[in-house]
Amino acid sequence: MFRTLLNLRRAGVVGINRRNAEYILRYNERSLYPLVDDKLRTKRLAIAAGIAVPELYGVIEIEHDIANLPTIVSEHKDFVVKPAHGSGGSGIHVIIGRINDRYQHNNGSLLTKEELEYHISNILSGMYSLGGQPDQALIEYRVKFDPLFESISYRGVPDIRTVVFRGIPVASMVRLPTRMSDGKANLHQGAVGAGIDLATGLTIHAVWQNRPVEQHPDTGAAISGFQIPHWNKLLTLASQCYELVGLGYLGVDVVLDRELGPLVLELNARPGLSIQIANGKGIQKRLEYIDRLAEIPASAQERACLAQDLFVRL
Amino acid sequence: MRQLHLLLLIIVLCAIGLGLAAYKVVVLGLPLTPSEQAEVWNVEASISFRAKPDTSVKVSLPLPLNSPSYTIIAEDFIGANYGLAIEQDDSGRTALWAKRRAQGKQMLFYRAMIYEDVEKVSDPGKRPPYPSVPEYPENFRSVIQGLLDKARQQSADTVSFSQQVIQQLNAASPAPELRLLLEHISNSRNPAKGISWILAGARIPTRIIQGLRLEDGKRYSELESWIQVHDGSQWRALNIKDGKEGLPANFVIWQIGDQKPFSVEGGSEMSLQFSVAKTLRELVDIAESRAALKGSHIMEFSLYSLPVQSQNVYKILLMVPLGAFVVVLMRNLIGIKTFGTFMPVLIALALRETELAWGLILFCLIVGLGLLLRAYVDRLKLLLIPRLASVLTMVVLLMASTSVIMHKLGLEMGLSVALFPMVIMTMTIERMSLTWDEAGPLEAFKQGAGSLLVATIGYLVMNIDALQHLLFVFPELLLVVLAATLSFGRYSGYRLTELWRFQALAKR
Repeated sequence: MFRTLLNLRRAGVVGINRRNAEYILRYNERSLYPLVDDKLRTKRLAIAAGIAVPELYGVIEIEHDIANLPTIVSEHKDFVVKPAHGSGGSGIHVIIGRINDRYQHNNGSLLTKEELEYHISNILSGMYSLGGQPDQALIEYRVKFDPLFESISYRGVPDIRTVVFRGIPVASMVRLPTRMSDGKANLHQGAVGAGIDLATGLTIHAVWQNRPVEQHPDTGAAISGFQIPHWNKLLTLASQCYELVGLGYLGVDVVLDRELGPLVLELNARPGLSIQIANGKGIQKRLEYIDRLAEIPASAQERACLAQDLFVRL
Repeated sequence: MRQLHLLLLIIVLCAIGLGLAAYKVVVLGLPLTPSEQAEVWNVEASISFRAKPDTSVKVSLPLPLNSPSYTIIAEDFIGANYGLAIEQDDSGRTALWAKRRAQGKQMLFYRAMIYEDVEKVSDPGKRPPYPSVPEYPENFRSVIQGLLDKARQQSADTVSFSQQVIQQLNAASPAPELRLLLEHISNSRNPAKGISWILAGARIPTRIIQGLRLEDGKRYSELESWIQVHDGSQWRALNIKDGKEGLPANFVIWQIGDQKPFSVEGGSEMSLQFSVAKTLRELVDIAESRAALKGSHIMEFSLYSLPVQSQNVYKILLMVPLGAFVVVLMRNLIGIKTFGTFMPVLIALALRETELAWGLILFCLIVGLGLLLRAYVDRLKLLLIPRLASVLTMVVLLMASTSVIMHKLGLEMGLSVALFPMVIMTMTIERMSLTWDEAGPLEAFKQGAGSLLVATIGYLVMNIDALQHLLFVFPELLLVVLAATLSFGRYSGYRLTELWRFQALAKR
C-alpha cells in the first residue's frame, strides 16, 4: 500500500484533497460558481462572447409556462430538455423525433405530451438541482454528433472533457457512452474514457470501470488512435472558456456537431479526476508548472499552443 | 504564508487548550479520569454542657488550621440560636458561640471536611527567638542542670538533645533524683508544657501543637499534644512519650500552643468530644472547593456551575466536535462516502440512546421500509416538497408502528426508535433513493454502508467514558480538537480509497 502511495506521488497523480485545497479553493472564487452551475447563464455568457453553443430554443421558468412547450418546439423535430442546474447529466431528456403526437426518446421509448410535461415540472420543482432549489428547464438544439464517433459509442452523445487551469488546457478525454452508462457520458456510470494527445488530437489510452481497455465494450471497435476532428479549434475553444467565467480550475465539456463543429455544452467548477485515469497519466506536474507561471499568455490561441507544448514536455 | 498562518493558529490553539487543562490538573487537582474519588475526613467536635440559669453563655473552641498538608474544604457550625463569631490571631482561629440565656443541656457542633493534600510541604515558619532560661525552683535547679548536661553529652544537635531529654524523662525506671521533677511535671495539665519548660533551660525554642490522628470511626475526648523544637531552620515535631521524630501520616494539627481545647463560660458539666469518619468524595468537588479557597475563578465558570440538566446536555454536545473530527478523518483521509456531511454524527448521537446493535438494526429497518414506500410514492410522480413531506410522514408512522409492535413482542429496545432524528432519516431515504436512481443500487448501498460505518466509529469514539469526562471537565481541550481538525483543513495528500482508485496509474 505504501508503495502504491509512493508510485502515485511519483506519477504526479492529483488526489481530491489536493485538487480542492491547492487548485479549486485557491483559483475558483465562490461568487463565480453560479456562472457555471446555471447552464442558462453560461449559455448567455458564451453567446455574448461569440463562443459556439447549442442553440437555445426556449426556457421554461414556471409551471404555467409548461403549456408553451408545443409552441417552443413547433419548428424543431428534435430537441433536448435539460435542467439549468442539473449535475452529472441527470434530468436530461433527448427527444429525437415525433411519432403520432408522441415524443420519441433517444432510449427508444415514446413519451406522451403529459409525460414530458411532468418531467419538466419535476425539473422546475428542483428534483435535479443541488439542494432541491427551484430550477428552470432549458429546451435546446439536439447535437447531431459526428458520424465518426458512431463506431465507438452506444446511443447518447460522446463529449470531450478538457480540464483547463488558468486558461491553459491540462488534459483532455473523450467520454464514450456505453450500454452500461445508459447513453450517459459519465465515467462512474460506466462510460468509457479515452485520453487525448493534446498535441495531435489522437486518442491514446482508454479506461472502462477503472481498467485499461482497447475496444469499446459494446461495439468492439478499437478506441486508441482515433483522430478527434477540429482538434485545434476545440482546444482553443476550451481555453476561451477561462475568460468567459474567470474560474482558474475549470472543466469544459464540448460536443462535436456534424455541421456546426465544436459546441460548448457545459462548464464545471469541480471537474473530476478520472481524466488522469483515462490519460494513464497524472496531471500534477503540468498543474504545478502552470501554477508557477508568472504570466499567462493573453490569447486563447497561444494558451492552447502552450498546452500542446506542455503535453509533450511534462 | 497561508500555511504558516495555519500552523501558528494550530500551535496557539493547542497551547491554550493544553495549558489551561494542565493548570486545572496541576494546580486545582482536577482528575484526568472519570469518577476518581478521594478520601475525605469528616471531623466533628461536639461540646456539651449544662447551662447555668440566668447567666449568659460564652463558648470558645479553637479551630483546626489550614495547614499546607491538609485543606479544609468545608466547615459547618451548628448551635441552635447561638450567635457565632470567628476570631483569627497568630496562633490560629477560634470559634466563639454566645447566647444571652440558655437552659438545660446544650450541644454545639463544629464539623470540618478535611482533605489530605498529596504533596507535603514543610512549614519553615518564622525563626523564633531563643527563650530565656526560666527561674527554676531551688529544689529542681540542680536536677534539671544535671539532666541537661547528661543530654548534652549524649547528643549532637538540637533535635537529638531534645530527644535525649524526653527519653530520660520517660524512662521506664527513671533516675531517683528525677522523681520529684517528674511528679511536678505530671501534675501540670499538659506534660508537653513541662518538657518545653525544661528545654528552655538549654535555651531551645519549642512550641506545643495539638491535633488529632485521623482514623476512621475514632472518638477522642482530647487532642493529642506534640512538642516541636526549632532546629534553626524549621520546626521538628517530637513525640512527648518517646522522643521519636515526625508526626504520624494522618495527623491533623488543630491548634498551635497549649491553650485549653475549649472553654465554656456560664456552663457546667462540660465536655468535648471529637469524632472522625472517613468518606469518599468526587475529586471534582474537592477541586472545586479548593479552587474557591485559592481564589481561582476558573471553576466558577466551569460547566459544573450549570444546573445538572444542562450539564447532561453539554456532556453530549461537547462530544459532537469529536464525532465531526471522526467524519473529517473518514472522509478526507480514508475517503469513505457518506450521505450528507454530518448525517453520520447525528446517527451516532441517536445510537448513544439506543445502544449500538439495536440502533443499527432499527435504523436499517426504518430506512429499508422507507425506501420501499418511497419507491411506491415515486410512481405517483409527486413534486419534490410534497414528496419529502409525505416520506417524512411515513417515517413517523413507521417509527411509531415499530415501537408498538416491538413493545407488544416484549422488545423494549423498540421504544428507543423514537430517538432517531426523523428529518435526518427522511433526507437519508430521499438521498439514497436518488442515488439509487442516478448511480445504481450498488452506489446507494455503498454510501449507505459508509454512512453507517462512520456513524458506528463516531459512536464508539463519542462513547469513550474517559474522553467524555476529559472534555466535560476540560472543555478547553476542544481547542485541541479544533486544532486537529484545522490541521486537516489543508491536507492535500491522497485519500486511502484513492490508492485503489488510481492503482492503474501507480503500476506504470
